[in-house]
Amino acid sequence: MATNAKYTFENRRFIISGAIILIVFIFIIRLFYLQVIENEYKAFADSNAFLKKALYPSRGMIYDRNGKLLVYNQPAYDVMLIMREVKPFDTLDFCHTVGITKEQFVKRIADIKNRRLNPGYSSYVPQTFMNQLSAKDYGVLQEKLYKFPGFYIQNRTIREYEYPNAAHVLGNIGEVNKRDIERDNYYVQSDYSGRSGVERSYEDVLRGEKGVEILLRDAHGRIKGKYEDGKHDVAPVSGKNLTLSLDMELQAYGEQLMRNKLGSIIMIEPSTGEILCMVSTPTYNPNMLVGRQRGKNHALLEGNPLKPLYDRAIMAGYPPGSTFKPAMGLIFLQEGIITPETMYSCGHGYPVLGGKPACHGHYSPLNLVAAIATSCNAFFCWGLRDMIDNRKRYPNVQDGLDVWRNHMLSMGYGRPLGLDLPGERGGSIPTSKMYDKLYSGRWSSSTIISNAIGQGEVLATPLQMCNLAATIANRGYFYTPHVVKSIENGELASQYTQKNSPTIEARHYAHLAEGMRNAVIGGTCRRVALPDIAVCGKTGTSETVHGKDHSIFIGFAPYEKPEVAISVFVENAGFGATYAAPIAKLMLQKYLKGEIQDSDKYLEDFIINTAIMPRNVL
Amino acid sequence: MYYKKTSIWKNIDWLTILLYIIMVTAGWFSICGASYEYDSVSLFDLSGRPGSQLMWIGLSFVLVFIVLMLDADFYGVFAYLIYGGMLILLIATIFLAPDIKGSRSWLVIGSLQMQPAEFAKFATALALAKFMGAYGFKFATFKNFSLCLVLIMLPMFCILLQKETGSALVYLAFFLVLYREGMSGYVLMAGISAVAFFVISMKYSDVMVGITPLGELIVLCIIQAITVFLATTVYKLRDKLHVKVLLGATAATYPAAFIVSLFIPVNFALVTLGLLGATCCYLIFLTIKNWVWHYVLIFLFVLVAVGFLFSVDYVFDEVLEPHQQMRIKVSLGLEDDPSGAGYNVNQSIIAIGSGGLLGRGFLNGTQTKLKYVPEQDTDFIFCTVGEEQGFVGSILVLILFTILIVRLIILSEKQKTAFARIYGYSVAAIFFFHLFINIGMVIGLTPVIGIPLPFFSYGGSSLWGFTILLFVFLRMDATRKER
Repeated sequence: MATNAKYTFENRRFIISGAIILIVFIFIIRLFYLQVIENEYKAFADSNAFLKKALYPSRGMIYDRNGKLLVYNQPAYDVMLIMREVKPFDTLDFCHTVGITKEQFVKRIADIKNRRLNPGYSSYVPQTFMNQLSAKDYGVLQEKLYKFPGFYIQNRTIREYEYPNAAHVLGNIGEVNKRDIERDNYYVQSDYSGRSGVERSYEDVLRGEKGVEILLRDAHGRIKGKYEDGKHDVAPVSGKNLTLSLDMELQAYGEQLMRNKLGSIIMIEPSTGEILCMVSTPTYNPNMLVGRQRGKNHALLEGNPLKPLYDRAIMAGYPPGSTFKPAMGLIFLQEGIITPETMYSCGHGYPVLGGKPACHGHYSPLNLVAAIATSCNAFFCWGLRDMIDNRKRYPNVQDGLDVWRNHMLSMGYGRPLGLDLPGERGGSIPTSKMYDKLYSGRWSSSTIISNAIGQGEVLATPLQMCNLAATIANRGYFYTPHVVKSIENGELASQYTQKNSPTIEARHYAHLAEGMRNAVIGGTCRRVALPDIAVCGKTGTSETVHGKDHSIFIGFAPYEKPEVAISVFVENAGFGATYAAPIAKLMLQKYLKGEIQDSDKYLEDFIINTAIMPRNVL
Repeated sequence: MYYKKTSIWKNIDWLTILLYIIMVTAGWFSICGASYEYDSVSLFDLSGRPGSQLMWIGLSFVLVFIVLMLDADFYGVFAYLIYGGMLILLIATIFLAPDIKGSRSWLVIGSLQMQPAEFAKFATALALAKFMGAYGFKFATFKNFSLCLVLIMLPMFCILLQKETGSALVYLAFFLVLYREGMSGYVLMAGISAVAFFVISMKYSDVMVGITPLGELIVLCIIQAITVFLATTVYKLRDKLHVKVLLGATAATYPAAFIVSLFIPVNFALVTLGLLGATCCYLIFLTIKNWVWHYVLIFLFVLVAVGFLFSVDYVFDEVLEPHQQMRIKVSLGLEDDPSGAGYNVNQSIIAIGSGGLLGRGFLNGTQTKLKYVPEQDTDFIFCTVGEEQGFVGSILVLILFTILIVRLIILSEKQKTAFARIYGYSVAAIFFFHLFINIGMVIGLTPVIGIPLPFFSYGGSSLWGFTILLFVFLRMDATRKER
C-alpha cells in the first residue's frame, strides 16, 4: 500500500507538468489571438502615441499681368491653449493683454469646452483661443506668456492686399465651415480656404499641400519629441503663385471712374480671352475682409443696400438693350433672313405695330450696317418678324424661336460663359416653351417683339455683352473669358485656351464690325471716337422699371487687328451715349495709349465727380 | 557521511544556468525597452534603470558564486534558523517600512531599498522542505498537515499585513508542493475551485444578462459540469443508460430554457440550480438503488460548492459595506484603479496586441515608452516583450519559462533526499505561480495582482530573491552526484 501510494504520488509530476503546459498553451493561444489575429491594436497604440501636427504651407501669391504683386501673406498669431496644462493665472491681466473683456474670456472658454460647438475638443490637444492677434498685442503677450501656463502662440499667415482694388476678382479667405470639411477631407476645423473670387476658384492651386509632423505624446499628453527623428514627417508644399490677366492700373482707373455709380466695366483681350479689368461698383477694399475684423466687416458689407459684395459684372442680368442688336443681325445673316443689302423701312418706329417700339430720326429704308450705326429699332423688329413668323422657313413659331435661341446660346448668352470665378450667372434667353405657357401657345413675333432690341425677356450680364464685342472683334470666335493668365508650374484649364466658334459663319461678322465702326464715325457713339485709334462701338439704353434707363456701351478697338473689347454698364444713367460711351473712351485711351489726352481731361474729371446713385441712398 | 569531492562546476546543471543567463539578459533588454527615454541618458548610466539593473545582475552573479560555494548541507542545517530570521524581518518590516504607494513592504537603508518578502519565499521553501523531508514524515496526520499550513501561512500573513497582497498570494503555490507530497487532490481541487468560484462570482457580480446574474450562472455551470464529469468518468456509472440520462438532461435543459426565454424572462442561474438539484436527486436515487456510496460524495460536493457560492455572495453583498467591497475587488485586481476602470489592462493589451507577429523592434515600442502601460518595467514588463518582440518573442519567453519549470520538476524527481525534492518542487511552483499570474494579468486572463515576472521585472530584491531560490536548489542538485 505504501509503495503503491508513493508510486501514485510520483505520477503526480505528470499531472503537475501537464497542468503547467496546458496553462502555457492557453497563454500562447491568447497571445496568438491578440498579436496575430486581431489587427486593431496597432492602430490603438498609434493613436495613443502619435500626435499628427499639420504643417501649413504658405499660400500662393497673386500677381497682375505686369508682374505687380497684388496679394501676399503676412504673419499672424493665433493664441492657442491646452486646457489640461492651464493653471490658475491672472485672468484680468491676460484679458487686458489680448484686449478682451472678462466676460468674453469666460464665454470663449465655455465655447471651447462645448462639444456641440467644438466636436473635436480634447483637453490634451491645442485649441484655438483667439485668432490673428495683432503684431503689437503679440509682442506684449509673448513677453508675459510665462505667466499663463497652457497658453501658446501659433504662427499663421493671413492675406494682405497691396491695392484697395479688384476685391471681387481677388476674393478673400476665411475659416472653413462644416460643409467644407465634409466635402473635402483636406480641411480640418479652423483651416482657411478661399471664400470668393480667385481665392476660391483657384483654391486647390493656391493652398499647396499641408505637411505633417509626427510627434510622440506620452500618457499625460506631453510631447516627447519627434517620431523617429522626423523620418516620417512630410514637409508642406507651398501653394503656386498666380498671375492674373488683370492690369491693376487699368482696374484701379476703372474703379475710379465708376466711383459713386452702380455698374461695371469689363475689358477683354479678344485674342486670348484674358480679362484686363473687371470693375463692379460699388466695391470695397479687400483688406476689410482680412483678420479678426473680417466677420464684422462682412456683416457690414452684407447689410449695405447697394450690395457691394454683389459682383455685378458677372452676376447681374440686365436687359442688354441695343448692344443686343449685333447678335440679332448675326443670326439674321446666318439664317438668310437678310443679306447685307436687305433694306427695311423705319418710320420713327416699327410700322407693323403702329410705330412701336419707337425709333429716332434717321433715313429710311436702311441696311444692316446703317441700322447698327444708327441703332434702328425697326430694322431688328422686321428681322425678327421675317424670321419667326415666316412659315416657309420654320414649320412654326416655336421652332423659329428655338433656332434663334440656340444661336444666342452659342454666342454665350443665356448660360454662364465658364469664367474662372465663382458665382457667374447666365442671364436669360427666353424659350418657346416659356411663351407657350405665357400666351397659351398663341404668340408671334409681335408678341415678343421687344426681345429684338434687347428688352423684354432677354437678360445678359455685362460679361456676356463684352464677350459679344470680343467675338465681333475676332470676326467670329471667342476665348472663354478668364482672369488668370498663368499658374506657376502649371497649366490653365483647356477651356481657356480653346477657341469657341459660335454657330454663325465668320464671314458675317465683318458687316457688324463695319456697322459698329460707322456708329463711332457717324452714328450713335461719336463721343467714343479717338483721333488715332479706330474705335468700334455700340451704345445701348435699356429700359428698366427701377428708375432711369441703364447706360450701356460695348465696343472694341482698333477696327483692324483689335487689341481690346469693352463693355461698360452704368445703372440708371440714361442714354448709352451719355455716360457709358465716354467712360469707354477713357478706358480705351488708358489701356491703348497709357494716358488720357489733354482734351479729355475735363471729361475724366466730370465722370469721376459725377454721382449716379439711387435716390434713396443719396 | 562520505563525500566524493568533485568539482561543483562539473556536477551543476548547466542547462538551468544557461536558461538563467538567457532570461536575465533578455530581461535586461526588456528593461532597456521599457525605461528608455527619448531624451535620455545612456543605457549603462547607473542613475537610469537599465544601468542599475545591470548592477543588480552583476551582483547577483556574485550571489550565485556565494550560494554555490556554501556547503549543500548548510541550507538543511540552517533552514529553520533562516526561516525564523526571515519571519522576524518580515514582522519588523511591518513596523519599520515607510508607506510606498500604500504598501509597507520596503525596508529603506540609506539609499538602498529592500523587499524582504522576495527573500521570504526562499526561507519558507527551505523550512517546508526541512519539515516535510524529515525522516518518517507522514503527511496524512492532521498534526503534520496543520504544521505545514502554519509554516506557509505565517510569512503569508506577515506580508498581508505589509499590504502586499500579491506577494502574499504567491505562498498559495506551496499547495502544489503539498499535492505532490501526498495531499489529497480533492483538497487542491477544492482550493482551486473555491478561488475560481470566488474570483468569477466577484468579477461578474454586477453583470446581469436579462434577469440572470452572470457570475452565479458561470459558477453553477462549472459545478454542474464537474458533477457530471465525476459521476460519469471518475466513479464510472456502470449502466450506460444512466450516463445517457445525465448527459441528455444537461444538454436538453439549456435549449429548452432558451426557447422559453424568448417568451418570458428566464433566470438561467435558477435553471442551472434546478438542474443541479435534479442531478443530485438522480444520484441519490442511484445510491439507494445500487448502494454505491460514492455518489453521496458527489452530492456533498455539490452541496458544499453551492453553499460556498451563495455564502460568498451573501457575505459580500449583504454584510460588507460598498467601500469594503471595492477594497476587496481592487486588492484582488478584479476592479481596476477606481480612477480609470480597466485602463491599465486595456493599455497593456493594446501594447501586446500592437506588437503583431514580429514586434515593433527593440526600443521602438510606443505604448511602454510613452508610459501608457503602468509599471511598464516591473509588473508589466512582459508588455515590452510583446510590443517590441511580437508574438515570436512572447512565445519564446513562455517557452523558456516552461523549459525551466519542467527542468526543475525533472531534477526534483531525481533528488535522493525528500528535502531536496520538496525544495525543488517549491522552486518550480513559485516560478510557475509568478508566470501564471504575471503573464495572465498582462494579457487580461487573470486578476491584476502585482507580482514580478522572474528575471525580467526591474528590481534588485526580486532578481536576488529568485536567484538565491534557484541556485540553492542547483547547489543541492550538484551534491546529488557527490553522495
